[in-house]
Amino acid sequence: MLGYLAWRSLHSLLLLWLVTVVVFGLLHLTPGDPASIMLGEQATPEQIRDLRHALGLDEPLVTQYAWFLGHAVRGDFGASIRAQRPALEVVLERLPATLLLTAGAFTFALCVGLPIGVISAVKRLSLWDHGSMALALMGQSMPVFWLGLMLIVVFSVHLRWLPVSGAGGPEHLVLPAVTLGTFLIGLIIRLTRSSMLDVLGQDYVRTARAKGLAERAVIVRHALRNALIPVVTLLGLQLGMLLGGAVITETVFAWPGVGMVTVTAIYQHDYPVVQCAVFISAVLVVSINWAVDVLYHVLDPRIRASD
Amino acid sequence: MTIDARAGHRRRLRRFFRHRLAVIGLGIMTTVAGLALFADHIGPRSPTAQQILLRLKPPGFADPRSGKVAWLGTDHLGRDILSRIIHGSRVSLVISLPAVVVSALLGMTLGLLAGYHGGAIESVVMRCVDLQLAFPFILLALSIVALMGPSLRNIIIVFAITTWPVYARTTRGVVLALRAQEFVQAARSLGASDQRILWRHVAPGVVSPVLVLASFEVARMIILEAALGFLGLGVPPPTPTWGSMLADGRDYLRDAWWIAAFPGLAIMLTAAGSNFLGDGLRDMLDPTLRNVEG
Repeated sequence: MLGYLAWRSLHSLLLLWLVTVVVFGLLHLTPGDPASIMLGEQATPEQIRDLRHALGLDEPLVTQYAWFLGHAVRGDFGASIRAQRPALEVVLERLPATLLLTAGAFTFALCVGLPIGVISAVKRLSLWDHGSMALALMGQSMPVFWLGLMLIVVFSVHLRWLPVSGAGGPEHLVLPAVTLGTFLIGLIIRLTRSSMLDVLGQDYVRTARAKGLAERAVIVRHALRNALIPVVTLLGLQLGMLLGGAVITETVFAWPGVGMVTVTAIYQHDYPVVQCAVFISAVLVVSINWAVDVLYHVLDPRIRASD
Repeated sequence: MTIDARAGHRRRLRRFFRHRLAVIGLGIMTTVAGLALFADHIGPRSPTAQQILLRLKPPGFADPRSGKVAWLGTDHLGRDILSRIIHGSRVSLVISLPAVVVSALLGMTLGLLAGYHGGAIESVVMRCVDLQLAFPFILLALSIVALMGPSLRNIIIVFAITTWPVYARTTRGVVLALRAQEFVQAARSLGASDQRILWRHVAPGVVSPVLVLASFEVARMIILEAALGFLGLGVPPPTPTWGSMLADGRDYLRDAWWIAAFPGLAIMLTAAGSNFLGDGLRDMLDPTLRNVEG
């Protein structure tokens, strides 16, 4: 167990190191001079030279990377060019809003997707099953930004039930969470269905039925519990995708999260903030995957035995 | 081709056409491709012609002077939305298809080498796979496109270099399974070289899963291209793109819902077509692959 923990942690650290290489390369390996891009077209040559010097752009690439890495591990990505405060601060103060949105979306998607997936598996090849599979594929084909706009047209503009954008009371969370959640529903339906089909064929389910348990108890207590394990793991792996969806959802609803601050920073060429935000989201994804894997190991004795 | 192979071929085709969604998907994709190819002849009006007097007209509006009907309405500059959607299909396909082909070929080749040879190349490829999963793709794509400048070519390059690990992961998995099979061992004991085993015996087995994955990826690329356009980092105007049309419509949600509604419907239908097609291909090529997409 300890060996696994050490190996898995080392793997995550290696990955985070690679992330710093990409985040560094983002600015330094793509064509164009970062200093002149950041300052815009009106900048004088002196200003560009000063910023190049301040950013260390006149040093060799390796020196620059060492400097970047040394600061990044301490959470120092430099000062935001627009806000004139540490980029980390700019990003971190928006993190709670993004986490709230993601959690809301997750809850909504699970509440809708799980029951549909379970019923599909139980009533395999029925009209319901075909219908929900088509629904899942449609859900995965729906652009989140479009769904968001259409929800605004219906619920904010015409019915006037919910606010158009911004954050505030719980009513502000509904539309963004539904928008981002719909993106996941399709995936949850498909994963739950195939995992349930797997489990329903197992001996212990047959045993539970043979004991004379009510079908409901067999499905909920015996099958679903086991079927959830792979569903949760695979969903953990999709977190990067969900955060990506959050970027767009936040832009549509002017939800003041990390995604919106990043998109704004990209427009303004505020690269310290962009680098910091990309790095922080990667840290989130990597550490949650680490936690899911480790928990999986602690909770499921079958996996521990196979080490 | 032997009789057996032909029969298998026919059986697979039958399985595909029995798959109702797959046939719908094929129909949608063929239609979109047709629209893109013949946009100049099909589009009722020029996609860029502005008629300020006819701005923000609702779907079905008939111009009292020319009698021409704007079936899907007009936008804030009086441009015909139907014509713009028809022309917009071009950008959508011209970006998503090459991006998918390049990343699939790259990912498949690296996945084959990683799975077959193992060692250093496998470590490098698999770390790239991990890295790709660690980033919110859209953030990465957005930042790179913003730095390189949004153009057709740059967007295709960014999509291709950030998505190949998806194919490499699947390919490597299939190769690991194939490598242990008897026919590979038989080829080796007959003295075939590694090169020959890899390209003649293992590679053909990888094609089906990659094809299935690629059709799902086309849907994802279409949506991502639209997302870039929506965020203002897609192919620049005046070229009509579905994403930028949505962005235009965003400012007129209150008075002219149709500007945003119809391009979004086009994106969703096309992406669904590609997803349906992938589902059908999966059933046709190998029913045991039901979880390729994951």
